[in-house]
Amino acid sequence: MEHHPVVRVAAKILIPPILLFALYVQFHGDFGPGGGFQAGVIFGAAIILYGLVFGLKATQSVIPPQVASILTAVGVLLYAGVGVWSVMLGGNFLDYNALDSHDPVHGQHVGILIIELGVGITVAAVMIVLFYGFAGYLRDHD
Amino acid sequence: MEFFVNAFLLALLAATTIAIVRMRRLIATTMLFGIFSLLMAAVFVVLDAVDVAFTEASVGAGISTILMLATLAICGAKQESVPRKQLPAIIVVVVTGAVLLWGVSGLPDVGDPTAPATTHVYKRYVEESGTEIGVPNIVTSVLASYRGYDTLGEVAVIFTAGLGIICLIGAGTGQQRRRRNGNDSGDDV
Repeated sequence: MEHHPVVRVAAKILIPPILLFALYVQFHGDFGPGGGFQAGVIFGAAIILYGLVFGLKATQSVIPPQVASILTAVGVLLYAGVGVWSVMLGGNFLDYNALDSHDPVHGQHVGILIIELGVGITVAAVMIVLFYGFAGYLRDHD
Repeated sequence: MEFFVNAFLLALLAATTIAIVRMRRLIATTMLFGIFSLLMAAVFVVLDAVDVAFTEASVGAGISTILMLATLAICGAKQESVPRKQLPAIIVVVVTGAVLLWGVSGLPDVGDPTAPATTHVYKRYVEESGTEIGVPNIVTSVLASYRGYDTLGEVAVIFTAGLGIICLIGAGTGQQRRRRNGNDSGDDV
């Protein structure tokens, strides 16, 4: 699709708002519908759209496949790390009240923000890895 | 009004399902799956489950469609012709459908205050999460805090799925190609 000017221009216009919307869904999930899962999928979809229009090589220069693979684990580690952090502060595993000894509700806010970020990172990275896997397989077997 | 919206959506769902069953071109089937997911998302909105609707629209109609198209690009988009005699299949489908309808008739109504789902921990979530968690979206409170352990498990499942894909078809780095080419040259020698 690299030779379709309409598709190229439309994608260039659409991708930044999609990425921004993903970040909005990510960090506004506490107040409205949304959260890490949806945000990760939308973020991944924007990258995949870029890949479909501009090719695998251009996409992999934005997000190298090694980085995407590592990020899949970073999200899970971030999530589990919050659990370990709360244990080290004297609470139960994933008990966000322990994150702020003076204001438990603030601790909940911090905990939810970080674990949702972890969810978003893992989901987005897995979506991108899936796309890289399929696209790379097609490239290598044609 | 809600009755007409529901009837309209369910009629469209049924029509889409019949079209999926009758369609032989897999690319068209994939598109119809996407439409089905989008209609399901609309049904979830009618049921006031906006978070689920959001997930259904982005995952079901968005990513799944792309991944199925990618699979078709690898496997080919042709379906083998189906044999004419489908009586056993029809019997299985009718019996399963009858059992499901029988099961649905035993479910409580939507929003029934005496239903098990609204009598157990539901009260605590609705009444206390505002002061305990301080997050307006109760779904986020339940997913991220009350049921944080389950969500960690879900993220681990997604991570494992990603690992499986990397092991099966590679991460798109071209390492598998190099390995294969290396083996090929080894065989030549």
